[in-house]
Amino acid sequence: MSLKERIKECLEEDLLELTEFRGDLCVEVPKNRVLEVMSKLKKEAGFDFLSDVFGVDNLDLYAAKAKKAKKKTGEEEEEEPKKKEPPPPRFEVMYLLLSLSTNERLQVKVRVPEDDMDVPSVTGIWRSATWPEREAFDMFGFRFKGHPNLRRLLMWDEFEDHPLRKDYPLEGKGEERHLNYDTV
Amino acid sequence: MAREIETVCITTGPAEVGDYVTLNIGPIHPAMHGTLRVITKTDGETIISAEPEIGYLHRGVEKLGENLTYKQFLPLTDRLNYCSAICNNVAYELAVEKALGIEVPEKAQLIRTIMMELARIADHEVLVGILGVDLGALTPFFYLIIQREEIYEIFEWHHGARLTNSMGTIGGVEADLPDRFHQKWPKMRDTIRKANDETDRLLTHNRIWMDRTIGVNAFCADDALNWGFTGPMLRACGVKRDLRKDEPYLMYDQFDFEVPTGKHGDVFDRYMIRMLEMEESIKIIDQAYAMYQKLPEDAPLMKKVPKIIKPPEGQIYHAIESPNGELGFFIKSDGTDKPYRIKIRPPCYMVYQAFGELVQGEMISDLIACLSSINVIAGELDR
Repeated sequence: MSLKERIKECLEEDLLELTEFRGDLCVEVPKNRVLEVMSKLKKEAGFDFLSDVFGVDNLDLYAAKAKKAKKKTGEEEEEEPKKKEPPPPRFEVMYLLLSLSTNERLQVKVRVPEDDMDVPSVTGIWRSATWPEREAFDMFGFRFKGHPNLRRLLMWDEFEDHPLRKDYPLEGKGEERHLNYDTV
Repeated sequence: MAREIETVCITTGPAEVGDYVTLNIGPIHPAMHGTLRVITKTDGETIISAEPEIGYLHRGVEKLGENLTYKQFLPLTDRLNYCSAICNNVAYELAVEKALGIEVPEKAQLIRTIMMELARIADHEVLVGILGVDLGALTPFFYLIIQREEIYEIFEWHHGARLTNSMGTIGGVEADLPDRFHQKWPKMRDTIRKANDETDRLLTHNRIWMDRTIGVNAFCADDALNWGFTGPMLRACGVKRDLRKDEPYLMYDQFDFEVPTGKHGDVFDRYMIRMLEMEESIKIIDQAYAMYQKLPEDAPLMKKVPKIIKPPEGQIYHAIESPNGELGFFIKSDGTDKPYRIKIRPPCYMVYQAFGELVQGEMISDLIACLSSINVIAGELDR
């Protein structure tokens, strides 16, 4: 049985989307089912190793797509598309899984809307998610529910923005770091 | 001794924190390998808890990558693990080549293999040398660092840089092996072996060395996998896992080499794994060089790639076995000339997050030994 079929059988209705690019499989699962899906993948499908967790911001991607769509439809219908359904969720959390016995890799994608940044933490299943989740919180602002120590990792604690978001300028906003050693 | 203190810690709990001394080590400290900081809570010389703090060398490489073209990002990958920059270069090149769906010519693959294995030897030599220095053995460092300089000389002949190599490009390598390599390698193979042998005789059965390393920071395989360990750190725990064997890239499936594994996951096993891996790397280079010599002299070095690289829309992840473990690049392309999202999976990041657990109950001087044996490189840790 191929990996695709096994994943389909394992996830059943939790599987929202399955894409393949250059041999890399990527499955999308609903956000509130992350924990169930991950433990199922670990126990039933054999994906017992978590290599990484990180976020993706799709803001620019959607903007570019909307621009393209506008060009195609012509300028007359410019005002109409605004009434369409709400935009797709802005962020994605990606989990890179690996099966140590079969050496297969799987990307798991969870879509996260901007107004609800809570994501269940997988640190209870794999402890290797500890720092990657902290970094994703630092860089994008996801709030991982159930994480033992969700503090900033790479940026300093008083930093307010989330630098890997697409609307954060490349050269920064002129923040300065004032070291405060007493807080430790 | 360590066990007793651990139980004391559990029974008293954090309410009586005042009994312990909080000791801040780093970020500017000669034993902390760059810019690492560990906040330890100690009882006498014993560590009750240790919390690493990172980010002092954060340069926003991933954000920069989103604003640079695929070729412009290549020199930035040197600055990740500066002890083995070539492995980072090749890892990135392979990831972009996977996104483009191309495979480079055989000769380029062999040159990449030879250079990567030389970089692996250089990286391991630095690690063993520094581990010795941190534990008070200064002599082996000099034997090894001379060999590293020789390897860097080859890098300089090939692409003009010693440390930040930026070797090759997307689609192959620009230059053939330098002429001087052909004379240098047979001699160098023996000198590397000799230096390793002398280091082995100086350290491995040395009473002080054994006392300082055997049983220090022992870690079990299940915990190591749970924490996401890869590379020599995982192999020291007894798990036979090497991406060169398990998910072969380039031409590693055609080479004959062993994957050394340890048993206890302590500092001594990590040291031994590295010593043995250097020998395996020499074997790989010999085989790759023999295959290289069979190729015609005018064999192509580059695959034809467009001047502006625009991978089709999609996302890929490609990992290689760097000297520290699994080094992966995740690239999400939106069809333009710049990567939409680029994520680096540094190997020592996953190991260093378990640092608190590794050193709990050990002595402060063992913390330094542990840090050296992990081979934490601040450049790839903080990106």
